[in-house]
Amino acid sequence: MTADAATRRVGALDLFLAYLRIGLTGFGGVNAWARHHLVEEKGWLTEAEYAETLGMAQVLPGPNALNCAIGVGARFAGAAGAAAASIGLFAGPLALLAGIAALYDAYGQLPLVRAVLTGIAAAAAGMVLGTAIKMATRLRPTIPLLLVGLAALTLALLRVPLPFVVLGLAPFGLLAAWRALR
Amino acid sequence: MSEESDLWALMTGFAAISLLSVGGGIAVLPEMHRLVVEQQGWMDSLGFAKRFALAQAAPGPNIMVVGLIGWEVAGLIGMFAAMLAMCGPTTLLAYGFFRLRASLGTALWLRVIERGMVPIAIGLIAASGVLLATGAAAGAGSTVATVLAAAITLGSTVFVWRTRRSPLWVLAAGAVLGASLLG
Repeated sequence: MTADAATRRVGALDLFLAYLRIGLTGFGGVNAWARHHLVEEKGWLTEAEYAETLGMAQVLPGPNALNCAIGVGARFAGAAGAAAASIGLFAGPLALLAGIAALYDAYGQLPLVRAVLTGIAAAAAGMVLGTAIKMATRLRPTIPLLLVGLAALTLALLRVPLPFVVLGLAPFGLLAAWRALR
Repeated sequence: MSEESDLWALMTGFAAISLLSVGGGIAVLPEMHRLVVEQQGWMDSLGFAKRFALAQAAPGPNIMVVGLIGWEVAGLIGMFAAMLAMCGPTTLLAYGFFRLRASLGTALWLRVIERGMVPIAIGLIAASGVLLATGAAAGAGSTVATVLAAAITLGSTVFVWRTRRSPLWVLAAGAVLGASLLG
């Protein structure tokens, strides 16, 4: 922790309120919004500190945004901070989602609603594909790392169960990364 | 199937998936699809893709799709049960890791793990995109609608890949195109 970070006093309530806001503004996934709020608006973390926390959050199993909230919360206020940030992150969206689910039950089968949702579903699929391509090109992978990624894609499309894909490819991924970083 | 056994299957299924969700919620969508559509038959592929779309269009973490699936299976209790199963175990793991993080330093092995697992995560995310696209296109109804859904997916892919604009634009465009042509 930098001296700078040590002097910032952020309590559990601050964390809860910050993440409540991040959760409710976080359209299309919250990571970009969390970075904006924590780094640029609040100044609690530097760009590098946030990037490192997010990197770790992505490698750990579990939702990235939640892992990141736990990392940020624990950094400033220990277990209470981690709990406050996590609860704040989900409180707003869960309440909203219950409303959305009830509306879907009531109106989901109307022809217009069905058509609109099919259109959004098609667009959301493209959003996931575009994100994957963007992440892959930003990473500038070495050939072995690229092959590991393509193998994961192929195996998942062949419907190979996830444990086999993740655990089977992990040694190759680690070896490729070790060679690239050495 | 009784509601209780559904709830149990929901929780054990998502808890197991969560522990392998390297790369986050979207990377494990194919595994969720296997559980929800193929094994339990709680909904069809299009229903799955639509719930993902709803969760994307609403604010909050991507993982909220799990809450919508839980709602479909067992209402409000199902929503909380599914979210708890998906987030509980990994929360403890992440907390333990971040508490230890300070003493781990910037060791080479940590960077190796990060660098080595990320390609797997990206491959899984890409597979999720293909699966969702197939679900949306196949469920669209007529041949024309299927082609249109595929075109929306393709346009959205390029938009998100090549621009830095908010992905909300493609969701809004998808809604309008879906309403005007599929309806």
